[in-house]
Amino acid sequence: MTDQLYQDRIVALAKAKTGAGKLATPTKSARRDNPLCGDRVVVDVKLDEGGKIAEIAHQVRGCLLCQASASALASVAVGRDAAGIEKVRLDAERAIGREEGEAGEPFAAFAPVKAHKSRHECVLLPFEALKEALS
Amino acid sequence: MAGAEQSMSFDVAAVRRQFPILSQIIDGQPVHYLDNGASAQTPDAVLDAVRTYETTSRANVLRGVHRLAERATEAYENARIEVANFLSVDPMEVVFTGGCTAAINLVAYSYGSLLKPGDRIILSELEHHSNIVPWQLLRQRSGIEIDVVPVTVNGRIDLNALPRLLTSRTKLISLAHVSNVTGTLVDVHAVVTLAKTVGAKVMLDGAQRVPHGPVDLSAMGIDFYAFAGHKAYGPNGIGVLWAKAEHLEAMPPFHGGGSMIGRVTFTETTWAPPPRRFEAGTPPIGPAIGLGAACRWMRTLDWKEAHAHEMALVERLMDGLQKIDGATLFGPGSTQNRYPVVSFLLEGVHPHDVAQTLDSFGVAVRAGHHCCQPLMDRFDLDGTTRVSIAPYNDNTDIDALLTGVQHAARTLR
Ligand SMILES: Cc1ncc(COP(=O)(O)O)c(C=O)c1O
Repeated sequence: MTDQLYQDRIVALAKAKTGAGKLATPTKSARRDNPLCGDRVVVDVKLDEGGKIAEIAHQVRGCLLCQASASALASVAVGRDAAGIEKVRLDAERAIGREEGEAGEPFAAFAPVKAHKSRHECVLLPFEALKEALS
Repeated sequence: MAGAEQSMSFDVAAVRRQFPILSQIIDGQPVHYLDNGASAQTPDAVLDAVRTYETTSRANVLRGVHRLAERATEAYENARIEVANFLSVDPMEVVFTGGCTAAINLVAYSYGSLLKPGDRIILSELEHHSNIVPWQLLRQRSGIEIDVVPVTVNGRIDLNALPRLLTSRTKLISLAHVSNVTGTLVDVHAVVTLAKTVGAKVMLDGAQRVPHGPVDLSAMGIDFYAFAGHKAYGPNGIGVLWAKAEHLEAMPPFHGGGSMIGRVTFTETTWAPPPRRFEAGTPPIGPAIGLGAACRWMRTLDWKEAHAHEMALVERLMDGLQKIDGATLFGPGSTQNRYPVVSFLLEGVHPHDVAQTLDSFGVAVRAGHHCCQPLMDRFDLDGTTRVSIAPYNDNTDIDALLTGVQHAARTLR
């Protein structure tokens, strides 16, 4: 084997399945597809009066990277509004080398994806779905 | 029946030596190239032919009187003859196109323009998007209807379902000769026999069949055939449409431009006869010459041996997958009436993660929907991992793949 894309931390995030599933009464919901690979993410959110995320759930039909990203995102999303989620996205983009700077946790775990450009969208797809749900 | 051993009389090492890319070491690993269904590799014979053209005969075709133009034209037309020999047809029925997709679009546009609203064409559920979308565009343009033959659980076109789709309005049946997902071979004789009962034409998408040896189109009784050069050991940017002369004769041009005309005035333009009518503008000359060389190269192989070798690798692959917990085949479990394209699933691991893991073992495969979303939808799949084999593959390729799949099964779930 030549490289270690699927390091334990990424696999663990995917297996944790934080937030996997549906919300019974979501405030908003959005679905995003990646037409290239067919990955699909549905995100449900329940918002409080201030527009902050009170509950989040996601259904991922996609690869391990997409599952891990959705799981990581769900683990830090509660209490954030759209601007707060953009900060998390910056971490994800830093981890995969799209932005300068050091990525914060838990997205620092995605650093091995940096070298695999064709997989960057897998990490970002849950963010795209959540952004739409919050818009 | 072929055993899981490599054929003794097929010298795979001798074939491999003709493909420079296969002797590469990348990150300390050999190249285990099992993505031939997407694009095959190219042998010295093709590289040399293209280089010879570019360094001794490069010029435009059909337009010059100078010696280089004469040489270029001759090499281009010889390539057409090579392709025609490979398909057992008349060279004047061979149209060079930009690819397989371009060839199918040519038929859908040009032959399609002869169809009337309410006319019907039949496709199957396992078609590549390139044999679906051009017909949907035709449907939008001219109000034809599309009927779809279902696929059996083994990934074969269900020809038992074909008779009830046939009507007096059915004009064309267009099917994959060999599936790019399951490797299954369609029963051409049965399709042609059924088509004849209503006078429908038959088109085959030969993209996945041509890389496995000469095709005798003259014996098949079909009307149109399309394939791509890059999947058949030739260059990119070239493909072929073969059609019966009478159809080409009746078809209006697809693209307009130079070389495809008889006489141009602003009031009226007449068309050149086929095949030039369908080759507007400067064609991809070098790629066509390369494809001619690829067809000639393929004819140097003993395909009985080569096919037995390929199918022995399929058996080795299927046997190995069977021993991996959670691995299942998608498609037929046998080597009968099929070509060496094998899709599989690994329970609990997404196909992209299987393919990515295999890459780290130096093994190239394709994962995803393979441009066959309707087929994936029918079986409710996110995608498959696809192994596609060429004559230069050997046991080490299959064994490296199996090691990688085992690793994915152990670590990713
Ligand atoms: C069965 C089949 N048809 C058509 C095509 C399209 O070939 P191209 O993209 O080279 O035009 C492919 C290639 O993926 C294929 O496998």
